Amino acid sequence: MSANMTANQLTISDARDALRKGEISAVDLAMSCLTAIDASDPLNAFVHKTPEIALEQARAADARIASGDAPAMCGIPLGIKDLFCTKGVPSQAASNILEGFKPEYESTVTTKLFDAGAVMLGKLNMDEFAMGSSNESSCYGNAVNPWRREGSDVALTPGGSSGGSAAAVAADLCLAATGTDTGGSIRQPAAFTGIVGIKPTYGRVSRWGVVAFASSLDQAGPMTKSVRDAAIMLGAMSGHDAKDSTSADMAVPDFEAALTGDIKGKVIGIPKEYRMEGMPAEIGALWDRGIEMMRDAGAVIRDISLPHTKYALPAYYVIAPAEASSNLARYDGVKYGHRAKLGPADGITELYEKTRAEGFGPEVQRRIMVGTYVLSAGFYDAYYNRARKVRALIKRDFEAVFADGVEAILTPATPSSAFGLGDMATASPVEMYLNDVFTVTVNLAGLPGVSVPVGLDAQGLPLGLQLIGRPWDEAGLLNHAYVLEQAAGFVSKPTKWW
Amino acid sequence: MPIDIETARKVAKLARIRVEESDLPKLADQLSGIVAMMEELNEVDVEGVAPMVSVTPMRLPRRADVVTDGNIQTLVLKNAPEAREGFFAVPKVVE
Repeated sequence: MSANMTANQLTISDARDALRKGEISAVDLAMSCLTAIDASDPLNAFVHKTPEIALEQARAADARIASGDAPAMCGIPLGIKDLFCTKGVPSQAASNILEGFKPEYESTVTTKLFDAGAVMLGKLNMDEFAMGSSNESSCYGNAVNPWRREGSDVALTPGGSSGGSAAAVAADLCLAATGTDTGGSIRQPAAFTGIVGIKPTYGRVSRWGVVAFASSLDQAGPMTKSVRDAAIMLGAMSGHDAKDSTSADMAVPDFEAALTGDIKGKVIGIPKEYRMEGMPAEIGALWDRGIEMMRDAGAVIRDISLPHTKYALPAYYVIAPAEASSNLARYDGVKYGHRAKLGPADGITELYEKTRAEGFGPEVQRRIMVGTYVLSAGFYDAYYNRARKVRALIKRDFEAVFADGVEAILTPATPSSAFGLGDMATASPVEMYLNDVFTVTVNLAGLPGVSVPVGLDAQGLPLGLQLIGRPWDEAGLLNHAYVLEQAAGFVSKPTKWW
Repeated sequence: MPIDIETARKVAKLARIRVEESDLPKLADQLSGIVAMMEELNEVDVEGVAPMVSVTPMRLPRRADVVTDGNIQTLVLKNAPEAREGFFAVPKVVE
C-alpha cells in the first residue's frame, strides 16, 4: 500500500494479501470503508448502512485469519445490492412497495459470502426492482456517478440497475459489491464507472433470496476494481444450491488460477451486427483498439455474424416484462411491505389495486402492464411465444460460432459513456431501453459476459468493452478479460468532489 | 397494433394496478410505443422453431416428496401489514 493510499482503496487481492501478512486488520479495513461511506452522501450509493454488522463480522474475520486457513474473501468489506435479501436488514429492491420489509432469511449469495468471511457494509441503491438503466427509478432517489466530465459539475448517472454498486466501488466506498444482471444491469454500470463487472452463465450463481425480476434472465455477479477481484469474488458466490431449481450442479473452478494471461491462438469473434448504425465514433474506435490489443496478445481475430442480434431487444422487452408481471404479482399488500389505506367501501380488489398503484413506481407499473398484455388471451402466441422462438434463434447464433471454434466474443459494452441524470426524462421508455442493446443478447442466451474498462472518452469519462464467453467457461472468459485489462492498463480514478 | 384507451384500462385492471382515467391516454401511448418495438419480431422467420423453455439444457431436479420446512408461522407473518390470530388479515371478501 503506498503512503498516500487508504485501505478502502485496496483491491480484494491486495487486501487479502495484506490481511494474511498481518499488515492490516479486517476491523481497520472495515473502518476505513465506513469512514469513506459516511463522507459519501452526495453519491447516494449506500441506502441502508450496517456499521454494527460490519464491525462484528470484521472482528470475527480477524479471529479467523489469526487462526490461519482463512478463505480469500475473509475480512473483505462489501456493499450488497438492495435486491438481495439480508436477514434483519431492510431489503426493498429500491421499491416503496417493500418499505419496512426485513427478511427473516438470508439469500444464498450473501450466505456464501458471509460464510467465506466477507463483511457487509450496507445495502446499495439500484433501479426499482432492477428495472432501469440509470438508477433513476429508485425509491431512494438516484445514485450519482463519482465520475464527471472534464471541467464540468453536471451530475451523471452511474448506470443501472446496479448503479449504487457501481458508484460505491468506483468511489472506493467498498472493495467490491454484489450486482445483478437481467439485461445488462451489471455490465452497463460497470462500464459507466470504470470498473469490472461479470454476469456469469445462467445457473452458476443461486437466485434464491434475490428479489426476482425475470427469472429466466436474472443472474447475480461481482462488481470489482480488477478482473482478478472478479475471479476471486465470483468463486465465492458460485455453486450449486438445492433451493434454486435452475442452479447448476457443477463444480466451481478456481477462477483466479485461470488468469494465466496467455491467450495465444485463441479465436476471438468480432460480430459485425454490433457495429450499429449511428454508433458514436469513439465507441467504434475503442472497439478497434480492443481488437488490436487482443491480436497483439496472440489471439486470432475472426469476423463473425450473429444474424438475430437486431431482434434481441424486442424479444427481451417481451420476455422480461412477461416474467416480471408474474413475479411481481406477489406484492399485494397482504404478505409484506406496503398496504394502501382503504376506504370503508373498499374490498380486496381495491386493496390490491391501490396498494400496487401506490407502491410501484411508473416504470415498474409499465413493465407489469406490458407483461400482462403480452400474456393475455389472444396475444400470448403473437408476442410471448414468438419472442421465445426468437430467443431460441439468438441462442442458436451463439452456439454456431462457438461450435466453429470461437472462444470469446468482443463487443462494446454500452452505446455511449455515462449520460447526465435527467437527460432521459423526456425520452420515451424505448429510447432508454436502447442502453441494453449490446448486453441483452447475453442474458437471452444464458451466457457469461464481462465488462472491462478500456479507456476514457474525449470528455474524460470511462468506456468499457464487453467479452462474451462460452457457457460455463467463466474461467476462460476471465482470462481473456485479464489480458484485455493488462493491455488497456486502465488506472484512472474519478477525482473526488463529494 | 396501437393500444387504445379501452385496452389500457383492461390491462391495468388485469394487472390490479389502479390507473386514474386522466392517466389512461398517456399510458396507452407509452404502451403503444413499446408494443410497436415488439412488432419488429414479426420480421423473423420462426417457422419450425420451438419456443425456448430452458435457458441451459437441463432437466429440472426432483426431490423426495417429504416435508422439509415449516412450523415458522411467526416468521412468515412477521412482515405482514396486518395479521390476526396467526393469519394474514384482509378486508372482508363476499362473493
